[in-house]
Amino acid sequence: MALFLYLIKKILTLGPTFLGITLISFMVMHLAPGEPMSLQADFNPKMTPEMRERLRAQYGLDRPLHIQYLQWLKGLAVLDLGRSFSPDRRPVWDKIKERLPVTLLINVLAIGLILVVAVPLGVAAAVRHNSFFDQVTTVLVFIAYAAPAFWVALLLMLYFGVHLGWLPISGLHSLMGYEQMSGWGKLLDWCRHLILPVLVSALGGLAGLSRYTRSSMLEVLKQDYITTARAKGLPERKVIYRHALRNALLPLITILGLSIPGLIGGSVIFESIFAIPGVGQLMWTSVMARGYPLLMGNLVIVSVLTLLGNQLADMGYALADPRIRTGVQMEN
Amino acid sequence: MEAVNHQITKSPNHQITWLGRLGNNPLAVAGFLIVGFLCLVALSAPWLAPYDPHAIDTWHILESPSKAHLLGTDPLGRDCLSRLIYGARISLLVGIVAVGIATVIGTILGALAGFYGKWIDGLIMRFVDIILCFPTIFLIMAVIAFLEPSIWNIMAVIGLTSWMGVARLVRAEFLSLRQRDFVLAARISGASNARIVFSHILPNAVAPILVATTLGVGGAILTESALSFLGIGVQSPTPSWGNMLTEGKDNLEIAWWLSMFPGMAILVTVLGYNLLGEGLRDALDPRIRSE
Repeated sequence: MALFLYLIKKILTLGPTFLGITLISFMVMHLAPGEPMSLQADFNPKMTPEMRERLRAQYGLDRPLHIQYLQWLKGLAVLDLGRSFSPDRRPVWDKIKERLPVTLLINVLAIGLILVVAVPLGVAAAVRHNSFFDQVTTVLVFIAYAAPAFWVALLLMLYFGVHLGWLPISGLHSLMGYEQMSGWGKLLDWCRHLILPVLVSALGGLAGLSRYTRSSMLEVLKQDYITTARAKGLPERKVIYRHALRNALLPLITILGLSIPGLIGGSVIFESIFAIPGVGQLMWTSVMARGYPLLMGNLVIVSVLTLLGNQLADMGYALADPRIRTGVQMEN
Repeated sequence: MEAVNHQITKSPNHQITWLGRLGNNPLAVAGFLIVGFLCLVALSAPWLAPYDPHAIDTWHILESPSKAHLLGTDPLGRDCLSRLIYGARISLLVGIVAVGIATVIGTILGALAGFYGKWIDGLIMRFVDIILCFPTIFLIMAVIAFLEPSIWNIMAVIGLTSWMGVARLVRAEFLSLRQRDFVLAARISGASNARIVFSHILPNAVAPILVATTLGVGGAILTESALSFLGIGVQSPTPSWGNMLTEGKDNLEIAWWLSMFPGMAILVTVLGYNLLGEGLRDALDPRIRSE
């Protein structure tokens, strides 16, 4: 029951946050100096003042701000984000929709990779506290944390793509002969294309999460119940993985939730480097073209994704932590 | 547990000043040396750089590293080492100014929320939560799309989108500090709100702000380089490590040196700030040592 109430409360706060996101996106786009229309028009030398006015009217930019916002919000409710400025004039939502799965796929794979590698790494470092292994991983983590992801991407492309020629360095699948491949061949081709992007987008989070796992484990290993578990003669494996890790993982759920905006933000970088047709690349092209409905749609969609991701992490935390699940407040 | 903590803080070790503790931490010293070295390089760029960073030399384009050009030349024949040295100015300047802006905004909002509490706190923190939902780079890109991509705009935009961490931190400090006896004493002696905030609470919150600021510079430098790499940050011909890497990407197959050195410069710089920041954290607050 307590859990149910907790979840209801969480969901109720989603609404205002969502409205806040739309309001801020709208204000960012409209209050930034330099009007979208004027920049759009600057590219076209044949644009007369009358044409400019007509375009402004066509996109509703001549109406008062609050009307424009409500209009846009009304559209958003039915996923009508307007039409893109680019020559194809396609609805913004269609453009985002077809690119979203790719970005989500890569981010989910990256989160999976982060969890599979970072948690055991952090546990191993904490268990062998201050050992050679611990120090080496600490140094590596510091380096991985400071390395710009796009540079690591370049180096990986240089080594595995150009030097060794093992992995493709751009796109989602091969351009030549892809149609002739069998089903498994296509899957394999996809996988080969995804290795480097997933690796690059996971790197920063990997470093961060293994660091947090380590300090969280160190904290838990100091607790009395670990001493108790050891004292009653449990094998060390069981002490570490049953008693310690389960408690150490709790704060990590929150950390993982907090790293979602960074992961999605990273999409812009690796999608533009590896030429992957996802929302990050769409954002980049819309910035370059100053395509303003597309920009706004993109901004709102990725923030809502982040919001949902955070919410999932919160709920995961509630499900995993019996103190929240049962509503009992314990001293600790 | 309380008692044990108490003893640790009272141990003779505590007599050593935080500067002494910082000096005893080899990683922090390494960070300090890196940051100091970079500042020196940035300040003395005109004397250190062997060539003019903007000098185009069409006879020597894309030359690999040699005695004449230690780090090779770029597609316009400009000397990469000279551009790297001048790039340090841009990276450090953007990093420090952006974080300065973020620190001021974050401190003001965090202090307001933590000091006044109630609905002001609720409003400001709600706002922080909402801004945190935006992947920073998307927010920055949306703003930059309609601005001239000048170095000043980059600094302002990075600063305006990265103050949330500082705000949360300052709020937490203020919440705990305003309950302390010395604040109550100041209030009883009739000190004004402004006086309590500026001369009693804020000085006690400086340590965590300093740590966050130092760690923030690394992050801001990474953001600037990513933006410049994407072509929406610092624009060529002004040399920035990020836009030098764009040239590296465009010539990946033929000129590895263009991709290698600017990236290493970013890595070392960010590493330096992160090591110094972590060292400061350990030195300034012995209770929250990471070990």
